[in-house]
Amino acid sequence: MSPGARNKVAVLSFLLLVLLLVPILLPSAFHLRVAALVWISATAALGLALLMGLAGQVSLGHAGFVGIGAYATALGPKHLGLDPLASMALGTLAAGLLALLVGRPILRLKGHYLAVATLGLGILVHLVLVSEVAITGGPDGIQVPRLELFGRRLVGPELWYWITGIVLLLAAWVALNLEDSSTGRALRGLHDSEIAASVVGVDVARHKLVVFVIAAVYAALAGGLFALFNRFVTPDVAGFLRSIELVTMVVIGGMGSIAGAVVGAALLTVLPQALTLFHEYEHALLGLLIIIFMVFLRQGIVPGLAGFLARRRSA
Amino acid sequence: MSLLEARGISIAFGGLRALDSVGFAIDRGEVLAIIGPNGAGKTTLFNVVTGLYRAQSGEVRLEGRDVTGLPPHALAARGLARTFQNLQIFFRMSALENVMVGRHLKERRRLFAELLGLPSVLRENRESRAKARELLEFVGLGERAEEPASGLPYGALKRLEIARALACEPKVLMLDEPAAGCNPVETEEIDRLIVAIARRGIAVVLVEHDMKLVMRISDRVLVLEQGRVLVEGTPALVKSDPRVIEAYLGRHGLEAAHAA
Repeated sequence: MSPGARNKVAVLSFLLLVLLLVPILLPSAFHLRVAALVWISATAALGLALLMGLAGQVSLGHAGFVGIGAYATALGPKHLGLDPLASMALGTLAAGLLALLVGRPILRLKGHYLAVATLGLGILVHLVLVSEVAITGGPDGIQVPRLELFGRRLVGPELWYWITGIVLLLAAWVALNLEDSSTGRALRGLHDSEIAASVVGVDVARHKLVVFVIAAVYAALAGGLFALFNRFVTPDVAGFLRSIELVTMVVIGGMGSIAGAVVGAALLTVLPQALTLFHEYEHALLGLLIIIFMVFLRQGIVPGLAGFLARRRSA
Repeated sequence: MSLLEARGISIAFGGLRALDSVGFAIDRGEVLAIIGPNGAGKTTLFNVVTGLYRAQSGEVRLEGRDVTGLPPHALAARGLARTFQNLQIFFRMSALENVMVGRHLKERRRLFAELLGLPSVLRENRESRAKARELLEFVGLGERAEEPASGLPYGALKRLEIARALACEPKVLMLDEPAAGCNPVETEEIDRLIVAIARRGIAVVLVEHDMKLVMRISDRVLVLEQGRVLVEGTPALVKSDPRVIEAYLGRHGLEAAHAA
Protein backbone atom coordinates (compact mmCIF):
# COMPACT_ATOMS: atom_id res chain seq x y z
CA MET A 1 0.00 0.00 0.00
CA SER A 2 1.24 3.51 -0.78
CA PRO A 3 1.87 5.93 2.13
CA GLY A 4 -1.15 7.97 0.99
CA ALA A 5 -3.46 4.95 1.06
CA ARG A 6 -2.11 3.85 4.43
CA ASN A 7 -2.78 7.29 5.91
CA LYS A 8 -6.29 7.26 4.39
CA VAL A 9 -7.16 3.93 6.01
CA ALA A 10 -5.66 4.97 9.37
CA VAL A 11 -7.53 8.29 9.61
CA LEU A 12 -10.86 6.93 8.41
CA SER A 13 -10.80 3.92 10.74
CA PHE A 14 -9.87 6.19 13.65
CA LEU A 15 -12.85 8.43 12.87
CA LEU A 16 -15.18 5.46 12.42
CA LEU A 17 -14.05 4.01 15.74
CA VAL A 18 -14.71 7.29 17.57
CA LEU A 19 -18.05 7.61 15.81
CA LEU A 20 -19.10 4.15 16.99
CA LEU A 21 -17.74 4.50 20.52
CA VAL A 22 -19.24 7.85 21.54
CA PRO A 23 -22.91 6.69 21.65
CA ILE A 24 -21.87 3.64 23.70
CA LEU A 25 -19.80 5.57 26.23
CA LEU A 26 -21.87 8.77 26.36
CA PRO A 27 -25.43 7.91 25.41
CA SER A 28 -27.19 10.93 26.95
CA ALA A 29 -29.02 13.35 24.63
CA PHE A 30 -26.80 16.20 25.86
CA HIS A 31 -23.57 14.39 24.96
CA LEU A 32 -24.88 13.35 21.56
CA ARG A 33 -25.84 16.95 20.84
CA VAL A 34 -22.36 18.17 21.76
CA ALA A 35 -20.83 15.40 19.64
CA ALA A 36 -22.99 16.41 16.66
CA LEU A 37 -21.73 19.99 17.10
CA VAL A 38 -18.18 18.65 17.07
CA TRP A 39 -18.78 16.79 13.79
CA ILE A 40 -20.25 19.95 12.24
CA SER A 41 -17.35 22.17 13.36
CA ALA A 42 -14.90 19.51 12.24
CA THR A 43 -16.42 19.50 8.75
CA ALA A 44 -15.87 23.26 8.46
CA ALA A 45 -12.37 22.96 9.96
CA LEU A 46 -11.47 20.21 7.48
CA GLY A 47 -11.99 22.54 4.54
CA LEU A 48 -9.87 25.20 6.22
CA ALA A 49 -7.22 22.56 6.98
CA LEU A 50 -6.95 21.87 3.26
CA LEU A 51 -6.54 25.58 2.53
CA MET A 52 -4.06 26.25 5.35
CA GLY A 53 -2.31 22.93 5.73
CA LEU A 54 -1.92 21.89 2.10
CA ALA A 55 -1.69 25.21 0.30
CA GLY A 56 -0.45 27.49 3.09
CA GLN A 57 -3.17 30.10 2.51
CA VAL A 58 -5.13 31.64 5.38
CA SER A 59 -8.79 32.64 5.46
CA LEU A 60 -9.72 34.91 8.38
CA GLY A 61 -13.36 35.13 7.39
CA HIS A 62 -14.24 31.52 6.95
CA ALA A 63 -17.25 31.74 9.26
CA GLY A 64 -18.71 34.01 6.58
CA PHE A 65 -19.10 30.96 4.34
CA VAL A 66 -20.56 29.01 7.27
CA GLY A 67 -23.06 31.85 7.66
CA ILE A 68 -24.00 31.75 3.97
CA GLY A 69 -24.69 28.00 4.19
CA ALA A 70 -26.67 28.35 7.43
CA TYR A 71 -28.80 31.31 6.34
CA ALA A 72 -29.47 29.90 2.87
CA THR A 73 -30.92 26.83 4.59
CA ALA A 74 -33.03 29.03 6.88
CA LEU A 75 -34.19 31.57 4.28
CA GLY A 76 -34.80 29.37 1.24
CA PRO A 77 -37.94 27.75 2.70
CA LYS A 78 -39.18 31.05 4.16
CA HIS A 79 -38.77 33.40 1.20
CA LEU A 80 -38.60 31.11 -1.85
CA GLY A 81 -40.73 28.22 -0.65
CA LEU A 82 -37.88 25.80 -1.30
CA ASP A 83 -37.19 22.52 0.43
CA PRO A 84 -34.60 22.99 3.24
CA LEU A 85 -32.28 20.42 1.68
CA ALA A 86 -32.45 22.12 -1.73
CA SER A 87 -31.83 25.47 0.01
CA MET A 88 -28.76 24.03 1.69
CA ALA A 89 -27.44 22.81 -1.68
CA LEU A 90 -28.07 26.25 -3.18
CA GLY A 91 -26.30 27.94 -0.25
CA THR A 92 -23.30 25.66 -0.67
CA LEU A 93 -23.19 26.44 -4.38
CA ALA A 94 -23.48 30.19 -3.66
CA ALA A 95 -20.61 30.05 -1.17
CA GLY A 96 -18.45 28.26 -3.75
CA LEU A 97 -19.28 30.86 -6.41
CA LEU A 98 -18.56 33.74 -4.01
CA ALA A 99 -15.19 32.19 -3.17
CA LEU A 100 -14.45 31.88 -6.89
CA LEU A 101 -15.39 35.52 -7.47
CA VAL A 102 -13.39 36.89 -4.52
CA GLY A 103 -10.45 34.49 -4.85
CA ARG A 104 -9.82 34.92 -8.55
CA PRO A 105 -8.29 38.41 -8.52
CA ILE A 106 -6.64 38.01 -5.09
CA LEU A 107 -4.92 34.67 -5.50
CA ARG A 108 -2.91 35.91 -8.46
CA LEU A 109 -0.98 38.03 -5.96
CA LYS A 110 1.70 36.68 -3.68
CA GLY A 111 1.53 37.15 0.06
CA HIS A 112 -1.20 37.36 2.66
CA TYR A 113 -3.79 39.25 0.62
CA LEU A 114 -6.24 36.36 0.94
CA ALA A 115 -6.22 36.66 4.74
CA VAL A 116 -7.02 40.39 4.54
CA ALA A 117 -9.68 40.02 1.84
CA THR A 118 -11.44 37.15 3.61
CA LEU A 119 -11.33 39.11 6.86
CA GLY A 120 -13.29 41.84 5.08
CA LEU A 121 -15.62 39.34 3.44
CA GLY A 122 -16.45 37.67 6.77
CA ILE A 123 -17.24 41.00 8.41
CA LEU A 124 -19.38 41.98 5.42
CA VAL A 125 -21.45 38.78 5.57
CA HIS A 126 -21.96 39.21 9.31
CA LEU A 127 -23.00 42.83 8.82
CA VAL A 128 -25.58 41.94 6.17
CA LEU A 129 -27.04 39.20 8.37
CA VAL A 130 -27.35 41.60 11.31
CA SER A 131 -28.74 44.63 9.47
CA GLU A 132 -31.09 43.18 6.83
CA VAL A 133 -33.70 42.57 9.51
CA ALA A 134 -36.62 42.22 7.06
CA ILE A 135 -34.96 39.30 5.29
CA THR A 136 -32.68 37.68 7.85
CA GLY A 137 -34.49 38.43 11.08
CA GLY A 138 -31.54 40.55 12.22
CA PRO A 139 -29.51 40.00 15.39
CA ASP A 140 -32.31 38.00 17.03
CA GLY A 141 -31.83 35.19 14.55
CA ILE A 142 -34.29 33.08 12.62
CA GLN A 143 -36.11 29.78 12.93
CA VAL A 144 -35.22 26.96 10.52
CA PRO A 145 -38.01 24.61 9.37
CA ARG A 146 -37.80 20.96 10.30
CA LEU A 147 -36.23 18.68 7.70
CA GLU A 148 -38.52 16.02 6.27
CA LEU A 149 -37.33 13.14 4.15
CA PHE A 150 -39.75 10.68 2.47
CA GLY A 151 -42.56 12.01 4.65
CA ARG A 152 -40.58 11.41 7.85
CA ARG A 153 -39.51 14.23 10.13
CA LEU A 154 -35.85 14.04 10.98
CA VAL A 155 -35.69 14.74 14.70
CA GLY A 156 -33.84 13.55 17.78
CA PRO A 157 -30.22 13.93 18.89
CA GLU A 158 -29.31 10.34 18.01
CA LEU A 159 -30.42 10.66 14.39
CA TRP A 160 -28.56 13.96 14.00
CA TYR A 161 -25.50 12.46 15.63
CA TRP A 162 -25.37 9.91 12.81
CA ILE A 163 -26.26 12.35 10.01
CA THR A 164 -23.52 14.80 11.00
CA GLY A 165 -21.06 11.98 11.75
CA ILE A 166 -21.53 10.41 8.32
CA VAL A 167 -21.18 13.79 6.59
CA LEU A 168 -17.91 14.31 8.48
CA LEU A 169 -16.69 10.85 7.49
CA LEU A 170 -17.46 11.58 3.82
CA ALA A 171 -15.85 15.03 4.07
CA ALA A 172 -12.70 13.47 5.57
CA TRP A 173 -12.65 10.80 2.85
CA VAL A 174 -12.83 13.47 0.10
CA ALA A 175 -10.13 15.57 1.82
CA LEU A 176 -7.83 12.55 2.10
CA ASN A 177 -8.44 11.72 -1.56
CA LEU A 178 -7.47 15.25 -2.54
CA GLU A 179 -4.33 15.07 -0.43
CA ASP A 180 -3.24 11.90 -2.23
CA SER A 181 -3.68 13.21 -5.78
CA SER A 182 -1.89 15.26 -8.39
CA THR A 183 -3.70 18.41 -7.23
CA GLY A 184 -2.88 17.67 -3.58
CA ARG A 185 0.81 17.22 -4.33
CA ALA A 186 0.84 20.43 -6.39
CA LEU A 187 -0.75 22.29 -3.46
CA ARG A 188 1.76 20.95 -0.94
CA GLY A 189 4.52 21.87 -3.37
CA LEU A 190 3.43 25.47 -3.90
CA HIS A 191 3.15 25.82 -0.11
CA ASP A 192 6.95 25.34 0.06
CA SER A 193 8.00 27.07 -3.15
CA GLU A 194 5.65 28.72 -5.61
CA ILE A 195 8.50 29.24 -8.06
CA ALA A 196 9.53 25.60 -8.04
CA ALA A 197 5.91 24.50 -8.45
CA SER A 198 5.39 26.82 -11.40
CA VAL A 199 8.50 25.68 -13.29
CA VAL A 200 7.31 22.07 -13.19
CA GLY A 201 4.05 23.22 -14.76
CA VAL A 202 1.75 23.92 -11.79
CA ASP A 203 -0.62 26.81 -12.46
CA VAL A 204 -0.17 28.29 -8.98
CA ALA A 205 -3.02 30.83 -9.06
CA ARG A 206 -5.51 28.27 -10.38
CA HIS A 207 -4.58 25.68 -7.75
CA LYS A 208 -4.92 28.15 -4.88
CA LEU A 209 -8.31 29.16 -6.23
CA VAL A 210 -9.48 25.54 -6.45
CA VAL A 211 -8.61 24.79 -2.82
CA PHE A 212 -10.13 28.08 -1.62
CA VAL A 213 -13.43 27.19 -3.33
CA ILE A 214 -13.33 23.68 -1.82
CA ALA A 215 -12.73 25.18 1.64
CA ALA A 216 -15.70 27.54 1.17
CA VAL A 217 -17.94 24.64 0.11
CA TYR A 218 -16.95 22.64 3.22
CA ALA A 219 -17.77 25.65 5.41
CA ALA A 220 -21.16 26.29 3.79
CA LEU A 221 -22.04 22.61 4.04
CA ALA A 222 -21.24 22.71 7.76
CA GLY A 223 -23.34 25.88 8.10
CA GLY A 224 -26.34 24.26 6.42
CA LEU A 225 -25.99 21.19 8.58
CA PHE A 226 -25.83 23.35 11.69
CA ALA A 227 -29.02 25.21 10.70
CA LEU A 228 -30.92 21.95 10.13
CA PHE A 229 -29.62 20.43 13.35
CA ASN A 230 -30.03 23.45 15.62
CA ARG A 231 -33.23 24.67 13.91
CA PHE A 232 -32.29 28.21 14.84
CA VAL A 233 -29.49 30.45 13.55
CA THR A 234 -28.20 33.86 14.60
CA PRO A 235 -25.67 36.07 12.80
CA ASP A 236 -23.15 34.85 15.38
CA VAL A 237 -22.43 31.78 13.20
CA ALA A 238 -20.73 34.14 10.72
CA GLY A 239 -19.00 36.29 13.36
CA PHE A 240 -15.33 37.19 13.38
CA LEU A 241 -14.70 35.20 16.56
CA ARG A 242 -16.13 32.10 14.86
CA SER A 243 -13.62 32.58 12.03
CA ILE A 244 -10.81 32.80 14.53
CA GLU A 245 -12.12 29.69 16.28
CA LEU A 246 -11.98 27.77 12.99
CA VAL A 247 -8.39 28.88 12.37
CA THR A 248 -7.52 27.90 15.95
CA MET A 249 -9.01 24.43 15.48
CA VAL A 250 -6.77 23.86 12.47
CA VAL A 251 -3.65 25.26 14.13
CA ILE A 252 -4.10 23.45 17.45
CA GLY A 253 -4.96 20.16 15.79
CA GLY A 254 -1.96 20.41 13.47
CA MET A 255 -1.85 22.34 10.21
CA GLY A 256 -1.09 19.65 7.68
CA SER A 257 -3.26 17.01 9.29
CA ILE A 258 -6.82 15.93 8.45
CA ALA A 259 -7.17 14.08 11.76
CA GLY A 260 -5.76 17.18 13.49
CA ALA A 261 -8.63 19.34 12.24
CA VAL A 262 -11.11 16.94 13.85
CA VAL A 263 -9.18 16.83 17.14
CA GLY A 264 -8.93 20.64 17.16
CA ALA A 265 -12.66 20.98 16.49
CA ALA A 266 -13.44 18.53 19.29
CA LEU A 267 -11.27 20.42 21.75
CA LEU A 268 -12.69 23.86 20.95
CA THR A 269 -16.30 22.64 20.96
CA VAL A 270 -16.11 20.51 24.09
CA LEU A 271 -13.98 22.83 26.23
CA PRO A 272 -16.50 25.72 26.37
CA GLN A 273 -19.20 23.18 27.36
CA ALA A 274 -16.95 21.82 30.09
CA LEU A 275 -15.92 25.28 31.22
CA THR A 276 -19.38 26.89 31.39
CA LEU A 277 -18.31 28.26 34.76
CA PHE A 278 -15.82 30.48 32.95
CA HIS A 279 -18.28 31.58 30.27
CA GLU A 280 -17.34 35.23 30.73
CA TYR A 281 -13.73 34.42 29.97
CA GLU A 282 -14.33 31.95 27.14
CA HIS A 283 -12.47 33.96 24.52
CA ALA A 284 -9.69 34.89 26.90
CA LEU A 285 -9.21 31.16 27.53
CA LEU A 286 -9.22 30.57 23.77
CA GLY A 287 -6.41 33.08 23.38
CA LEU A 288 -4.46 31.51 26.23
CA LEU A 289 -4.88 28.08 24.64
CA ILE A 290 -3.44 29.30 21.34
CA ILE A 291 -0.44 30.80 23.13
CA ILE A 292 0.20 27.62 25.13
CA PHE A 293 0.03 25.44 22.02
CA MET A 294 2.27 27.74 20.02
CA VAL A 295 4.86 27.66 22.78
CA PHE A 296 4.80 23.96 23.69
CA LEU A 297 3.38 22.05 20.71
CA ARG A 298 4.02 24.21 17.71
CA GLN A 299 3.21 21.56 15.12
CA GLY A 300 -0.20 20.95 16.66
CA ILE A 301 -1.60 17.98 18.56
CA VAL A 302 -1.68 15.22 15.95
CA PRO A 303 1.67 15.81 14.16
CA GLY A 304 3.27 16.66 17.52
CA LEU A 305 2.16 13.39 19.11
CA ALA A 306 3.04 11.39 16.00
CA GLY A 307 6.55 12.85 16.08
CA PHE A 308 6.85 12.13 19.82
CA LEU A 309 5.81 8.49 19.34
CA ALA A 310 8.19 8.05 16.39
CA ARG A 311 11.07 9.40 18.49
CA ARG A 312 10.24 7.08 21.39
CA ARG A 313 10.08 4.07 19.10
CA SER A 314 13.47 4.81 17.57
CA ALA A 315 15.03 5.63 20.95
CA MET B 1 15.64 25.97 -36.86
CA SER B 2 17.11 25.42 -33.42
CA LEU B 3 15.25 23.69 -30.61
CA LEU B 4 15.58 26.71 -28.31
CA GLU B 5 16.58 30.11 -29.55
CA ALA B 6 16.85 33.43 -27.71
CA ARG B 7 17.45 36.56 -29.79
CA GLY B 8 18.27 40.16 -28.86
CA ILE B 9 17.28 39.82 -25.20
CA SER B 10 17.56 43.14 -23.35
CA ILE B 11 16.45 43.94 -19.85
CA ALA B 12 17.24 46.77 -17.44
CA PHE B 13 16.61 47.05 -13.71
CA GLY B 14 16.21 50.72 -12.95
CA GLY B 15 19.14 52.33 -14.73
CA LEU B 16 21.23 49.16 -14.80
CA ARG B 17 21.34 47.38 -18.13
CA ALA B 18 21.52 43.73 -17.04
CA LEU B 19 21.31 42.27 -20.54
CA ASP B 20 22.01 44.06 -23.79
CA SER B 21 20.89 42.23 -26.90
CA VAL B 22 22.02 38.77 -25.82
CA GLY B 23 21.11 35.60 -27.65
CA PHE B 24 21.92 31.91 -27.98
CA ALA B 25 20.64 28.82 -29.71
CA ILE B 26 20.79 25.15 -28.81
CA ASP B 27 19.77 21.83 -30.36
CA ARG B 28 18.82 18.36 -29.11
CA GLY B 29 21.53 16.58 -27.12
CA GLU B 30 23.80 19.62 -27.00
CA VAL B 31 25.39 21.05 -23.86
CA LEU B 32 25.77 24.82 -23.84
CA ALA B 33 27.51 26.49 -20.92
CA ILE B 34 26.96 30.13 -20.07
CA ILE B 35 29.89 31.58 -18.13
CA GLY B 36 31.07 35.00 -17.09
CA PRO B 37 32.16 37.00 -14.05
CA ASN B 38 29.68 37.70 -11.24
CA GLY B 39 27.03 40.15 -12.33
CA ALA B 40 27.52 39.38 -16.03
CA GLY B 41 23.80 38.56 -16.37
CA LYS B 42 23.87 34.75 -16.54
CA THR B 43 21.06 34.08 -14.08
CA THR B 44 19.10 37.03 -15.46
CA LEU B 45 19.28 35.44 -18.91
CA PHE B 46 18.04 32.18 -17.37
CA ASN B 47 15.16 33.94 -15.66
CA VAL B 48 14.10 35.69 -18.86
CA VAL B 49 14.18 32.50 -20.92
CA THR B 50 12.24 30.51 -18.27
CA GLY B 51 9.57 33.19 -17.90
CA LEU B 52 10.38 34.52 -14.42
CA TYR B 53 11.44 37.93 -15.79
CA ARG B 54 9.95 39.75 -18.73
CA ALA B 55 12.50 41.16 -21.18
CA GLN B 56 12.10 44.69 -22.51
CA SER B 57 13.00 43.47 -25.98
CA GLY B 58 14.00 40.32 -27.77
CA GLU B 59 12.27 37.02 -28.32
CA VAL B 60 12.48 33.40 -27.23
CA ARG B 61 11.51 30.60 -29.61
CA LEU B 62 10.97 26.99 -28.64
CA GLU B 63 10.69 24.57 -31.57
CA GLY B 64 10.17 27.58 -33.81
CA ARG B 65 7.20 28.90 -31.84
CA ASP B 66 7.33 32.27 -30.16
CA VAL B 67 7.15 31.70 -26.37
CA THR B 68 8.34 35.15 -25.26
CA GLY B 69 6.73 36.27 -22.01
CA LEU B 70 4.82 33.06 -21.35
CA PRO B 71 4.48 32.25 -17.63
CA PRO B 72 6.78 29.49 -16.26
CA HIS B 73 4.02 26.86 -16.03
CA ALA B 74 3.12 27.36 -19.69
CA LEU B 75 6.79 27.07 -20.70
CA ALA B 76 7.06 23.86 -18.70
CA ALA B 77 4.12 22.49 -20.68
CA ARG B 78 6.08 23.16 -23.88
CA GLY B 79 9.13 21.29 -22.69
CA LEU B 80 11.31 23.74 -20.79
CA ALA B 81 12.48 22.71 -17.31
CA ARG B 82 15.01 24.27 -14.95
CA THR B 83 16.78 24.09 -11.60
CA PHE B 84 17.81 26.93 -9.31
CA GLN B 85 21.09 28.33 -8.08
CA ASN B 86 19.70 28.72 -4.56
CA LEU B 87 17.71 25.52 -4.14
CA GLN B 88 13.94 25.54 -4.55
CA ILE B 89 12.96 22.29 -2.85
CA PHE B 90 9.61 21.20 -1.42
CA PHE B 91 11.10 20.73 2.04
CA ARG B 92 7.96 19.39 3.70
CA MET B 93 7.76 16.49 1.24
CA SER B 94 9.82 13.34 0.81
CA ALA B 95 12.41 13.10 -1.96
CA LEU B 96 10.04 10.84 -3.88
CA GLU B 97 7.12 13.26 -3.53
CA ASN B 98 9.31 16.12 -4.74
CA VAL B 99 9.90 14.27 -7.98
CA MET B 100 6.23 13.22 -8.17
CA VAL B 101 5.25 16.91 -8.27
CA GLY B 102 7.47 17.09 -11.34
CA ARG B 103 5.08 14.62 -13.02
CA HIS B 104 2.28 17.20 -12.69
CA LEU B 105 1.91 17.87 -16.41
CA LYS B 106 1.94 14.18 -17.28
CA GLU B 107 -0.95 13.50 -14.91
CA ARG B 108 -4.52 14.01 -16.05
CA ARG B 109 -5.60 16.12 -13.07
CA ARG B 110 -9.38 15.73 -13.26
CA LEU B 111 -10.48 17.34 -10.02
CA PHE B 112 -13.72 15.41 -9.45
CA ALA B 113 -12.07 12.06 -10.07
CA GLU B 114 -9.38 13.11 -7.59
CA LEU B 115 -11.89 14.16 -4.92
CA LEU B 116 -13.63 10.79 -5.23
CA GLY B 117 -10.35 8.87 -5.29
CA LEU B 118 -11.40 6.96 -8.42
CA PRO B 119 -9.32 3.94 -9.51
CA SER B 120 -7.93 5.94 -12.46
CA VAL B 121 -6.41 8.44 -9.99
CA LEU B 122 -4.91 5.70 -7.84
CA ARG B 123 -3.43 4.07 -10.94
CA GLU B 124 -1.96 7.41 -11.95
CA ASN B 125 -0.47 7.84 -8.46
CA ARG B 126 1.21 4.46 -8.83
CA GLU B 127 2.57 5.37 -12.28
CA SER B 128 3.92 8.69 -11.02
CA ARG B 129 5.50 7.00 -8.01
CA ALA B 130 7.20 4.37 -10.19
CA LYS B 131 8.46 6.98 -12.63
CA ALA B 132 9.74 9.18 -9.80
CA ARG B 133 11.55 6.23 -8.24
CA GLU B 134 13.20 5.47 -11.59
CA LEU B 135 14.44 9.07 -11.84
CA LEU B 136 15.77 9.03 -8.28
CA GLU B 137 17.74 5.90 -9.19
CA PHE B 138 19.03 7.71 -12.27
CA VAL B 139 20.41 10.61 -10.22
CA GLY B 140 21.72 8.23 -7.54
CA LEU B 141 19.17 8.93 -4.80
CA GLY B 142 17.21 5.68 -5.07
CA GLU B 143 17.96 4.67 -1.51
CA ARG B 144 16.83 7.94 0.01
CA ALA B 145 13.48 8.13 -1.80
CA GLU B 146 11.30 7.98 1.31
CA GLU B 147 13.38 10.42 3.37
CA PRO B 148 12.05 13.92 3.97
CA ALA B 149 13.80 16.36 1.64
CA SER B 150 14.63 18.59 4.62
CA GLY B 151 17.03 15.91 5.90
CA LEU B 152 19.06 15.47 2.71
CA PRO B 153 22.57 16.94 2.33
CA TYR B 154 23.23 19.80 -0.08
CA GLY B 155 24.73 17.71 -2.86
CA ALA B 156 21.76 15.33 -2.80
CA LEU B 157 19.32 18.25 -3.00
CA LYS B 158 21.09 19.50 -6.13
CA ARG B 159 20.50 16.12 -7.75
CA LEU B 160 16.95 15.98 -6.40
CA GLU B 161 16.18 19.20 -8.27
CA ILE B 162 17.57 17.69 -11.45
CA ALA B 163 15.40 14.57 -10.99
CA ARG B 164 12.33 16.75 -10.44
CA ALA B 165 13.08 18.76 -13.60
CA LEU B 166 13.60 15.53 -15.58
CA ALA B 167 10.21 14.28 -14.36
CA CYS B 168 8.64 16.89 -16.66
CA GLU B 169 10.21 15.01 -19.59
CA PRO B 170 11.66 18.27 -20.88
CA LYS B 171 13.17 18.94 -24.30
CA VAL B 172 15.39 21.63 -22.83
CA LEU B 173 16.87 21.48 -19.33
CA MET B 174 18.35 24.65 -17.85
CA LEU B 175 20.67 24.12 -14.88
CA ASP B 176 21.64 27.18 -12.84
CA GLU B 177 24.99 26.36 -11.19
CA PRO B 178 24.35 22.63 -10.70
CA ALA B 179 27.74 22.10 -9.00
CA ALA B 180 27.83 25.22 -6.83
CA GLY B 181 28.75 24.35 -3.25
CA CYS B 182 29.49 20.72 -4.13
CA ASN B 183 32.75 18.99 -3.22
CA PRO B 184 34.95 17.52 -6.00
CA VAL B 185 33.35 14.07 -5.70
CA GLU B 186 29.84 15.48 -5.92
CA THR B 187 30.89 17.70 -8.81
CA GLU B 188 32.12 14.69 -10.71
CA GLU B 189 28.79 12.93 -10.14
CA ILE B 190 26.89 15.95 -11.49
CA ASP B 191 29.30 16.05 -14.40
CA ARG B 192 28.47 12.44 -15.33
CA LEU B 193 24.79 13.09 -14.81
CA ILE B 194 24.74 16.01 -17.26
CA VAL B 195 26.51 13.97 -19.93
CA ALA B 196 23.97 11.15 -19.44
CA ILE B 197 21.08 13.61 -19.73
CA ALA B 198 22.43 15.09 -22.96
CA ARG B 199 22.85 11.58 -24.32
CA ARG B 200 19.10 11.09 -23.86
CA GLY B 201 18.62 13.81 -26.47
CA ILE B 202 17.82 16.63 -24.06
CA ALA B 203 19.33 20.03 -24.75
CA VAL B 204 21.19 21.19 -21.62
CA VAL B 205 21.92 24.85 -20.94
CA LEU B 206 23.97 25.45 -17.82
CA VAL B 207 25.37 28.35 -15.89
CA GLU B 208 28.47 27.26 -14.02
CA HIS B 209 31.49 28.68 -12.25
CA ASP B 210 33.49 25.48 -12.11
CA MET B 211 35.66 25.94 -15.21
CA LYS B 212 36.95 22.38 -15.21
CA LEU B 213 33.40 21.06 -15.32
CA VAL B 214 32.42 23.50 -18.07
CA MET B 215 35.40 22.69 -20.27
CA ARG B 216 34.91 18.94 -19.81
CA ILE B 217 31.29 18.55 -20.74
CA SER B 218 30.23 21.51 -22.90
CA ASP B 219 29.87 21.41 -26.66
CA ARG B 220 29.83 25.17 -26.77
CA VAL B 221 30.50 27.97 -24.31
CA LEU B 222 28.88 31.42 -24.25
CA VAL B 223 30.80 34.06 -22.33
CA LEU B 224 28.86 37.01 -20.95
CA GLU B 225 30.38 40.17 -19.59
CA GLN B 226 28.42 43.13 -18.23
CA GLY B 227 25.26 41.99 -19.96
CA ARG B 228 26.83 41.43 -23.38
CA VAL B 229 28.05 38.39 -25.29
CA LEU B 230 31.84 38.50 -25.19
CA VAL B 231 32.65 35.30 -27.08
CA GLU B 232 30.85 32.16 -28.16
CA GLY B 233 32.52 28.97 -29.32
CA THR B 234 34.00 25.61 -28.43
CA PRO B 235 35.64 25.23 -25.01
CA ALA B 236 39.12 25.18 -26.58
CA LEU B 237 38.46 28.39 -28.50
CA VAL B 238 37.00 30.18 -25.51
CA LYS B 239 39.79 29.11 -23.19
CA SER B 240 42.45 30.70 -25.39
CA ASP B 241 40.55 33.90 -26.21
CA PRO B 242 42.45 36.88 -24.77
CA ARG B 243 39.21 38.78 -24.08
CA VAL B 244 37.99 35.94 -21.88
CA ILE B 245 41.24 35.75 -19.97
CA GLU B 246 41.12 39.47 -19.45
CA ALA B 247 37.52 39.41 -18.27
CA TYR B 248 38.31 36.72 -15.74
CA LEU B 249 41.82 37.60 -14.61
CA GLY B 250 42.19 41.27 -15.53
CA ARG B 251 45.07 42.79 -17.57
CA HIS B 252 47.64 41.17 -15.34
CA GLY B 253 46.21 37.80 -16.13
CA LEU B 254 46.52 38.54 -19.81
CA GLU B 255 50.17 39.51 -19.44
CA ALA B 256 50.83 36.46 -17.33
CA ALA B 257 49.20 34.28 -19.95
CA HIS B 258 51.39 35.86 -22.65
CA ALA B 259 54.50 35.48 -20.57
CA ALA B 260 53.78 31.84 -19.97
